[in-house]
Amino acid sequence: MTAQNDQGEARKRWMSLLAKSPPARLAALTRDMTDWPAFEWLRPPEVGGVMVRGRTGGTGAPFNLGEMTVTRCALRLATGEVGHGYVQGRDKAHAERAALIDAMMQTKRADALRRAVLDPLATQMQADKASRAAKAAATKVDFFTMVRGED
Amino acid sequence: MYVAVKGGERAIDNAHDWLAEERRGDPSVPELGVAQIREQLALAVNRVMAEGSLYDPDLAALAIKQARGDLIEAIFLIRAYRTTLPRIGHSRPVDTGAMACIRRISATFKDAPGGQVLGPTFDYTHRLLDFKLAADGETPEAKTGAGLAPEMPRITEFLNREGLIQDESTCDDTPPDMTRAPMEYPAGRALRLQALTRGDEGFVLGMAYSTQRGYGRNHPFVGELRIGTVAVEMDIPELGFAIEIGEITLTECETVNQFMGSKTEPPQFTRGYGLVFGQTERKAISMALVDRALRWEELGEDSDGAPAQDEEFVLSHADNIQATGFLEHIKLPHYVDFQSELELIRKIRTEAQAGARKDAAE
Repeated sequence: MTAQNDQGEARKRWMSLLAKSPPARLAALTRDMTDWPAFEWLRPPEVGGVMVRGRTGGTGAPFNLGEMTVTRCALRLATGEVGHGYVQGRDKAHAERAALIDAMMQTKRADALRRAVLDPLATQMQADKASRAAKAAATKVDFFTMVRGED
Repeated sequence: MYVAVKGGERAIDNAHDWLAEERRGDPSVPELGVAQIREQLALAVNRVMAEGSLYDPDLAALAIKQARGDLIEAIFLIRAYRTTLPRIGHSRPVDTGAMACIRRISATFKDAPGGQVLGPTFDYTHRLLDFKLAADGETPEAKTGAGLAPEMPRITEFLNREGLIQDESTCDDTPPDMTRAPMEYPAGRALRLQALTRGDEGFVLGMAYSTQRGYGRNHPFVGELRIGTVAVEMDIPELGFAIEIGEITLTECETVNQFMGSKTEPPQFTRGYGLVFGQTERKAISMALVDRALRWEELGEDSDGAPAQDEEFVLSHADNIQATGFLEHIKLPHYVDFQSELELIRKIRTEAQAGARKDAAE
C-alpha cells in the first residue's frame, strides 16, 4: 500500500515537472533519444482551457480568476503502460513527449529516463527559480534609522 | 419602406489588404517577432492576458502584433479565441501564500517578516526619457543577493492573530462563473472579483480613484502587494490525484481598510482584495479598492450612493469588450434607422412651423 502511495507521489511529481517544463528544454533533453516505444493514442493531443481559481483575500472562498491554455493527451504503449500528458500551453508535440515519458517511467527504463531527462530538467528549472530569487534578494530593502541629534 | 442593401465586398477586401500593409509599416524597418513582443512588451502582454481572461503569453503577444498594438482589439482577439477552447476543467484555488515572490511590499509594516522586496519596479525611477534605449544601449546586469526568505507570510495574518481584521469566509462552494451563466444581481463577492479581474484597467482605476477622492471613501492602506509565480494544481479524474498543470505569474494586493464598526460588525480593519494575471500592479490595487467599496452592504455600512458602491453600475460597465462592442457598433451602417429618424424630424418640424404660423395669424 505504502509502495503504491510512494509510486503515486513520485508520478505526481514527474507529471507536475513535465507540465511546467519549457517545451524547448524537454525537446532538447530528448533530442538524442532514438528508441521511443511504439504506442497507440487513447486521446490524441487536444488544446483546451482550464479555469484557474483564486480565493478571496488569498485564504477565503474560491472565485474564478480566468483561464489558462493546457494541452492534454493519453496513450498506451505496446507493452500496456498508459501515459498521460498534461502540459501548460498549446504545444501538442510537448504533450506527446510528456505522455510518453509518463508511460516509460512505469517501465524498466524509469531509472535511465530519470537520469537523462527528469533530473536535468528539474535542475535547470530550479536554477532559473534560484536566479530570479537571487535578483529579488538584491532588491530587498535594508532600513536603517537615522540618528537624531537631541541637542 | 425597408430597403436591403448589398455591396461593399471589394471595398472591404481592399481595406483589409491595406490594413495588413499598414500593420507591417515601413518594410525597410525589421519586422517585430511575436517572441520580441512577449519578452520586451511583457506588461502589455500581461494586460492582454488579464483582460482577455486567458493566460497564454504567446497568444497575447500574437494578438498585440495582429492588433497593431491596440490593446483592446488584442483583448477582443483573445476573448474570441477563448470561446473556441473546450473547457478541460478547473484548478484548485491557487495558494498565493506559497508564491515565489519577485516583489513584495507592505505599506503598513516596515519590518514585515520576509522583508520589503522591491523587484523589477518603475517605482523610484525618475520618469525621464532614457535616450540610451533609442541608441541600442547595453543592458546593465541585474545584481544578485542572498537571503531571500523562502516563506513570505501574509501581512493580514499578523493583524488576524490579534483579531483586528475581519476574517475571510471559509465557504468552499463552487463559485459562480460569468463565462458560463449570464450575470445576475446582486452578484456576490466571488462573481464581483471575477468581473473585476478581467475588467478594463482604465475603468477599474477610475472607479478606485473616485473612492480615494471621496465618492464612497474607505481609507485603504496597501497591507501587501506581491508579484510572483504560483503553481496551478488540478485534479485529474482519470488519475485519481492532482498534479500541477502549470505555473503562472500573478499580482496580488490586499488592502487594509479602516472600519468604525456597524450594526452587525465590531470596529476592526476590513479587507479589499485584488488578484490579477501577470505583473499588473496598478490593476490589482485598483481592484482591491473597488472590491472594498462594493462590500458596503455585507459589512452593514451605509452607502454614500457613490458610483463605486453600485455593484450593477460597476460590473456592467467594467468589461471593455462589451463596452467597445456596443460603442463601436454605432459607426456601422444605420442608413435605414437614420432614414426613419430623418423623416420623423421633418414631419415634426413641418407641424411645428405650421403651428407657429397659425399662432401668428390668430
